Amino acid sequence: MAGRSEIVVRFAGEGGQGVVTAAEMLARAATGVGYHALTFATFPSQILGGPTWTQARVSRVPISSPGDSVDILVAFNDYAYQEHRSDVRDGGVILLDPSATPDPADTAHRCITVPFDALAKETGEARAANMVVMGGLSKLINMPLQFFKDFVSIRFAARESVVTANHKALDLGLNHLAAEESVSDLGSPIKPDYPQSFIKGNEAVSLGAMHAGIESYIGYPISPATPILVYMEKNLTGEGKVAVQASSEIESITAIIGAGFAGKKTMTATSGPGFTLMQEGIGLAWMAEIPIVVVDVQRGGPATGLPTKTEQSDLLTAIYPAHGDSRMPVIAPGTVEECFYGSVMAFNWAERYQGPVMLLSEHSLAERAQNIRKPDLANVPVEERVRYTGNNDYLRYESHELSPFSSPGGPGAYIANGSEHDVYGDTTHLGKYHIHMTERRFSKLKLLEDGDYEAENSNAKIAVMPWGGSKGSVREALDLLLAAGLDLGWYYTMFVSPLPAKMLAELQSKDLVIVPELNFQGQMALNLRSLGVKAEAITQYTGLPFGPGDLAGRIKQLLSGIGQSTGAVKA
Amino acid sequence: MSEKNPEYDFLWCPGCGDFGVRRAMEFAMEELNIKTERPMTSNVVVAGIGCSGNTVHLLEGEQPYGFHGIHGRSLPVAMGIKMSNPELNVVTVAGDGDFLSIGMEHIAPQAARNLNICAVIMDNGVYGLTKGQASPTTTHDTVTSSTPFGKIENPVNPLELYLTLGVTYIASGYSSKPKDLANLILRGMEHPGFSIVHVASPCTTYNDTYTQLKGSAKLNIAPTAWTIPANHDASDRKAARAIIEEGGVPVGVVYEDNSRPSFDAQFETIRANNKQKSNDAQLAVFDL
Repeated sequence: MAGRSEIVVRFAGEGGQGVVTAAEMLARAATGVGYHALTFATFPSQILGGPTWTQARVSRVPISSPGDSVDILVAFNDYAYQEHRSDVRDGGVILLDPSATPDPADTAHRCITVPFDALAKETGEARAANMVVMGGLSKLINMPLQFFKDFVSIRFAARESVVTANHKALDLGLNHLAAEESVSDLGSPIKPDYPQSFIKGNEAVSLGAMHAGIESYIGYPISPATPILVYMEKNLTGEGKVAVQASSEIESITAIIGAGFAGKKTMTATSGPGFTLMQEGIGLAWMAEIPIVVVDVQRGGPATGLPTKTEQSDLLTAIYPAHGDSRMPVIAPGTVEECFYGSVMAFNWAERYQGPVMLLSEHSLAERAQNIRKPDLANVPVEERVRYTGNNDYLRYESHELSPFSSPGGPGAYIANGSEHDVYGDTTHLGKYHIHMTERRFSKLKLLEDGDYEAENSNAKIAVMPWGGSKGSVREALDLLLAAGLDLGWYYTMFVSPLPAKMLAELQSKDLVIVPELNFQGQMALNLRSLGVKAEAITQYTGLPFGPGDLAGRIKQLLSGIGQSTGAVKA
Repeated sequence: MSEKNPEYDFLWCPGCGDFGVRRAMEFAMEELNIKTERPMTSNVVVAGIGCSGNTVHLLEGEQPYGFHGIHGRSLPVAMGIKMSNPELNVVTVAGDGDFLSIGMEHIAPQAARNLNICAVIMDNGVYGLTKGQASPTTTHDTVTSSTPFGKIENPVNPLELYLTLGVTYIASGYSSKPKDLANLILRGMEHPGFSIVHVASPCTTYNDTYTQLKGSAKLNIAPTAWTIPANHDASDRKAARAIIEEGGVPVGVVYEDNSRPSFDAQFETIRANNKQKSNDAQLAVFDL
């Protein structure tokens, strides 16, 4: 496959064997010299051991999904070989640890045994097995060894002996595969002419919150959201800042509501089980009109579910977490880059409408390391809530719409109330106030209907509309279908509730909106149908993202199933 | 806010102990404002759900900020407020059901933190607002609407619980003496750490214990409320335990440990020693 402009390498083995860092290392090295790269990781919920795999996709051009078939599999044990070999494309290469036995009947793949550990020991640094792998890969993907050596020199700059050992490991790996033919010729990288960051989704969410001016973070550890807590504990410091680990998600949510009431920009991050525990609190923030941001990094559910797998099955609960009449604003980033901007916007929305905002990330984005265009902070707007500056006789809830926010310590004392209340904030059971306040709370959502969205080929009667982290896979699937001559529109926004009003109007005019999503029920399609859109879902619930090729086939199948295969083809 | 709000129609039953607790709260906050020279708006009263929670709506005179949240969560809401603005005086009001049943999980972490907030607990030994079910402090064998054959569970001993969890200021009081109670609350507010003022506040409708608290010579009932002797050393943990083991309703400061630094104080040190990096610098860590 010489000349292919991209390559997918998968590393599979046992947790603790360096599998997790291998893909990131390859992606770091590749992006460092100007390629585009993106990783995917899935690992068991235990500290050490257990079957683990990660994958890096490296390309000359920008990419947005973990990719389809695997070009090279690095199997650190026999189980990994048996489990993953079928995902390797015909003609692909499998690098095997000596503990794995290649199947003689496997003629579709080139199986090469590499004594990773033995070679690493030769360097005097037993942990350099990963570098042996990288050395071998540099031969197979035709990427100059110097790229990796430079990466090592920078990464371990202060530790000369480590650099020497790792450089030796790279040489040994390359020498071991010197006689092998390359799998791919990536060609010279086309280095982007703009500044870049190499960053994971959780980190991008954290940085977005920082840019938005977060002052208070209170959270409880849970996979895969913990890295946000860890980032905040370390970085949200100094005068007037709070980052604290709570004793439970119930404590987290109610404490950030206290912080929001006290006038601070505040956030917590969790995943499905924690999100469920927060739901009464989220209703309280809606009712009392307190700006807060709740991040739900989705994993497989329900209950404890699949803590380390990806799924998009919290959409409905994110829009409707609380009992009673309420509907939460939800922002669902679709890329690592959008994790940053989505996080900023979640705070902006919370400030703008004075209420809780859900930021719906997912495991595959949270753990995805990727090169992105470095955010130009000076040009990312940050919003602040309207503050009350009057005297002490303030009726916080008098208006039929948004009213200025007063905070303890300053004038304008009132009672923030989770019970239905009158204009003073006093508890009431009178129907006239329940009508007034219910309408007031919903009216504020109108302030959020101006989100950006993508629309292409909007004349097509049938459109594809992904949401969240499936964006990249769906875009690549759509491109395959467009290249095949199908006439399909593209709609996408991270502002999933409320949808941008203009976008919703366009969707309502379509004959069909196809929504590929990672859940059983087709939750976005259900939501769209409730908004008067003729939507149909294509679902997957394997714990893994869509493969673009596979998805393109399923979209085609759906179209032919409803007799649209010809109608949707361009004349 | 009830004075200005004729439509507000929540009423405590005549004789409810919560009237006295409310008055004590007003006294304590006014006194604190004089001492600290801060306005009433620097006080926040965070209420749980139950009869006690309505204190926040029934406070008279100048109004503090109020937060009337959800059942059992007054402590974590107060924690979020206090951590955001350590200058505020943050007080929670909750009942025995709210604080010791559904909200029990929040006491231990606050005791561990020793955050400078004050919890005023109105213990009437019953769920009053939902019309008379057994609460954690309802005594064994008592017949209520939810224990028609007598309460099987043992009651919790709140003071013993607080002491065990490491609460650094524990006072016990009685709603019929608002001035005395106000002093216990004021001292709790001023205590640099987590304080609890546990108040026997009878429910005249479902669990009227006034006669037991005050005692009756006529009915030959000895009073359960008793004043902690002036010579009690509140910093002595063993002495505090002895007071609690006396039983009944001791009135006064049971325990006060001023040796443990508060969360607030430790946090201020950490904040001062760890300045936040600029957003540009944080982003630069990820530069390619």
